[in-house]
Parts: sequence; structure tokens; C-alpha cells
Amino acid sequence: MSDSIAPRGGRFEPRLARRQRTGEIFRLLCLGAVVFGVLSLVVLLVDVSADGFDALQPHFFTNYASRLPERAGIRAAILGSLWVMVLVGAIAFPLGVGAAVYLEEYAPHNWFTRLLQTNIANLAGVPSIVYGILGLAVFVRFFAMGRSVIAGALTLALLSLPVVIIAAQEAVKAVPNSLREASYGLGATRWQTIRHHVLPVAMPGILTGTILALSRAIGETAPLIMIGALTFIASDPSGLLDQFTVLPIQIYNWVTLPREEFQTLAAGGIVVLLAALLLMNATAILLRNKYRKEL
Amino acid sequence: MTTETAARARTLRARRRLVIQERVIAALLLACGVVSVLTTVGIVVVLVSQAAGFFGEVSPIEFLTGTRWSPGLVPQSFGILPLVNGTLLIAAGSSIVAIPVGLATAIYLSEYASTRTRRIIKPILEILAGIPTVVYGYFGIMFVTPLLRSVFPQTQIFNAASASIVVGIMILPMVSSLSEDALSAVPRALREAAYGLGATKFEVSTRVVVPAALSGIAASFILAISRAVGETMAVTIAAGMQPKMSVDLLASIQTMTAYIVQVSLGDTPYGSLEYQTIFAVGLLLFLITLAMNLLSQRITRRFREVYE
Repeated sequence: MSDSIAPRGGRFEPRLARRQRTGEIFRLLCLGAVVFGVLSLVVLLVDVSADGFDALQPHFFTNYASRLPERAGIRAAILGSLWVMVLVGAIAFPLGVGAAVYLEEYAPHNWFTRLLQTNIANLAGVPSIVYGILGLAVFVRFFAMGRSVIAGALTLALLSLPVVIIAAQEAVKAVPNSLREASYGLGATRWQTIRHHVLPVAMPGILTGTILALSRAIGETAPLIMIGALTFIASDPSGLLDQFTVLPIQIYNWVTLPREEFQTLAAGGIVVLLAALLLMNATAILLRNKYRKEL
Repeated sequence: MTTETAARARTLRARRRLVIQERVIAALLLACGVVSVLTTVGIVVVLVSQAAGFFGEVSPIEFLTGTRWSPGLVPQSFGILPLVNGTLLIAAGSSIVAIPVGLATAIYLSEYASTRTRRIIKPILEILAGIPTVVYGYFGIMFVTPLLRSVFPQTQIFNAASASIVVGIMILPMVSSLSEDALSAVPRALREAAYGLGATKFEVSTRVVVPAALSGIAASFILAISRAVGETMAVTIAAGMQPKMSVDLLASIQTMTAYIVQVSLGDTPYGSLEYQTIFAVGLLLFLITLAMNLLSQRITRRFREVYE
């Protein structure tokens, strides 16, 4: 502690210049850390875009995967990702909002409610691959759904559920109580109050959280590899029980292939995936800002 | 008179219908909440029941203390320590990147940056946490590994260092955002008191604010490390598939998560002893991350008690 400000030998020596210098060095180090983080993001995005730019030809979007890199495309992967996203949303959104409304509007203060809440917090921290193991044992094997779109979507819906619940709870919690009191005062029941007053006000917040959860779900690879989605697919999925592939899995598949052309295709797939995520996040942010202005 | 009775009966019937409807809806909403409990029950039942089959053949002591992992070779060997070693190596390596950089970022954003800067930088950094892990794998093997090899030519194509670096970047926003929340929650009065005693900004930040927010900061570290332990795709792609007891960051290793992926990609028949290993490994992974998450929650709760 050479720069200690404690009195030494009975006399206080401020040594202010030196202490300020130490502080300035520290500030620059911290600033350097911020720059490191931002720079990592920029380098990652620029590197991937530069690698993948050449892959972004029209046929890349309309062709199926192929052993010939010049003919390979992401058609099946894009359609698979869309199927999965719609299904995950259709499953996780009602379940998540229902659970959130129960916890915020109905649940009594008892051990069971606390258990539910702790459970949801812990589920949010379970590694995604563990959900993959669950999906493999329960949906693929036990319910014999096979390596189908619906098995994948159910697995990812369970994975997204805690995120949707937590976001929806925040949104429901933010609805002012006076709204509920006014509705009750006019004789509305609890569900009428929730349906006509609480949910409409909370909806932008709920949608924002759901979109963010979905954007996480369509980037997931490991749980879908677990349920066996890494297969060669050269047809459009047309039903819930069809085999499927998704964009991250197609990217992983190409990354593991030795020929350099496939790395370019992987980077091209990444550019498409990141663009989709960016679009979803931008929608979520716009939704949140619009909602903020209206309040 | 009769019309009045009929009207009253109608109102009563409508009210009764409403009461029933309310009860049905409450039950449905409760059912939605129960799905999350069933998920946890499902995870535990699947992992424990399948791992039980595995532990019927292999003793848990051999599993937990053995130093050779080769379920696919003859003679088979089921010592999980090489996989744990790989996982811990990645956790430690990514912490070396994420903890100092994340904490310094948090201090800068909370103590030095203007509100405007903070409002711009924080979401930008949080993008890093939203990028799919398969992208980090690609970035690790196509950008970080060549960079490492230009500095250390002996670096293997698949190596723990590049995986650690990309996982470190991925968990960086977790450390920086959660720590920043903890630092910002420190009451202003504490800072003012320290300034009043003649402390410089550096002294206020490092000796008053950081110690006051220490529990929140520690909770963010634990959460971030738990995320690194469960990370799968980046380590599968960049760190390789060689389970071994080594702390050489420039060599290929295998983590628990990468092993699970490797088995599910291979043609191991479902139900065989080798296949059952993924449930035993998955159970251990689940227990490790659960313990870390619970610890982090406990620390956060104590932190809340101090300031609310």
C-alpha cells in the first residue's frame, strides 16, 4: 500500500499528484476494458461478414445442402428454422404468459409459489444441452416423435419458457394497480380485469421478452444436435413429424467439413443468421420504445 | 312477478357461470406454472433413471476418480476426471478473460462514464451474449486460433486457449452488466462520504464502491462461470475431442458438454453402456451448474438484505 492515504510517522502526506496519476492510469485501464469488449464485437462481425460475403448468391438461399460446395444452399435450414420458431412461439408464449399471470395475479404467498419461482430461476440457468438430453429421452424416445420438427420445437419451447415467464412477469408487475382497482370497482371479475385491462397494457413488454427468447431459441444448436437434427435434409418440411434441419446446425455441419469452400458457406450462413437475429432484436427494441412513449 | 323471478334466475345462472369460468381459468393458469415444475422433474427423472443403469455397470467411485476416459475403446474406461479437467480448464481460461475485463468495464460504466455513454455501451456489449454459440465456435477456429498460432507456433488446430478466449468474450457481458448493476446500487452517500474525507475517484471506486458491491460482483462471476461450464458448441468446435488430464492451453482437450455432443453425433446404439454415459455426464454437469446457480442466488439475496 505505497499510495496509502493513512498518516505515516504522525504526519499526513497527501501526495495528491501521485494519487491522481494512479487514478488516471486506472481510468485508462478500465476504458481499455470497455474498448476490448466493443472491439471484440466489431472484429467478430467484420471477420464473419468478410468471410461469408462471397457465399451470399441467390442460389445459396434457394438450394438444398449439397456435397458440392458450389451448389450447396440453406433452403432447408431457413425453412426448418422458420418452422421451429413459429412452433416454439406458439407453445412457449401461451404457457409462459399463463404461468406469469398465475404467479403475479393469482398465486398465494406460500411454499408452493416460492418453489415455482425458485424453480423458474434455476431452469433459466440449466445448460441448453441438458434440455437436449431431456428432449431426446422424453419427446424423441418416450413419446416416439422421432427426429421431428415437433420434437425439436417442444425441446426449445421448454428451454425458452423460463425466459418468457420472467419477461412476462416483469411486464405484468409493471401494470399500475389503479387499473386493476378501477376494473374491480366496476364489478369486473379477476379474469375479466386481467383479460381486458392488465394483459393489453402488459402486452408490448411481454412481446418484447418473447421475441428476445425466440431469438435465443433460433440460435440454439446443441439441444437440436442431441435430438438428432444433424442429418442431410434435401426437402422442405411439410408436417410436424417431418425431419428437419435448422440454420445453426447447417452452419455447424459446414464448419466441421475440411474443404475451405465449406467454411465460406458456414460464414455465409452465419451472416444470414445474425441478420435474422438483428432484425428480431431491432423489432423488440422498437416495440419497447414505442410502448415507453405511449405511457 | 314471474318475469322478475325468471330474470333473477337468469342473473344467478350467469353469475354461477362466471364463478365456474373464473375457477377453470385459475386452474389453467396454475397448470401453465406447473409445466415448469414438470420440466425440472423431467430433467431429474431422465438423468437419474438413465444414469442409474450406467452406475449399475460402472461404480460411481471409478467414475468420479478415474483418470482415463475411453468408453469407445477396448478396454473401456470410465474415469470422468479428464472431461472435468477439460471443463475446468475452459472455465478458468474464460474467467481470466471475462472477470478482469468485465469488472473493469463495470467500474468504468458505473463510476466514470456519463449516463449517455452507459446507455449506449451496455446494450452493445450485451449483443455479445446474444450471438449464437456456433458463431463463437467459427470465430474461435477461423480467427483466434490462427492468431494464436502466429504467436505460439506449437498451438494445435483444436486448442483450449482459443475456446477459452471466445467463451470469455461470450460471458463478458454477464460479468459487466450484472456487476454494473451491483456497483450502481451502492448508495451515493457512501461515495460522498469518502470524497469528503479527501479520497480520489480511484480510491472511492476501488476501496469503497467495489467492496460495498462485492456480493453482487461475486454472484455475477459465479453465474458467468456456470455459463462457461455449460457452454457447448464453441468448445466442441474450437477445443477438440481429446479427453486428457492436461492443463496445456495450447493443446486439444474435451469438455463434458463436447463429449455429450460427440456421442450423440456418432453411431452409438441407444441403450448401450457407451450411450448411457451421456446421462451420467449430463447428471454431473446439471449438478455442477445447479450448485453454482444456487450459490449465486444465495449471495444475491444476502446482498439485497443489505441495501433494501
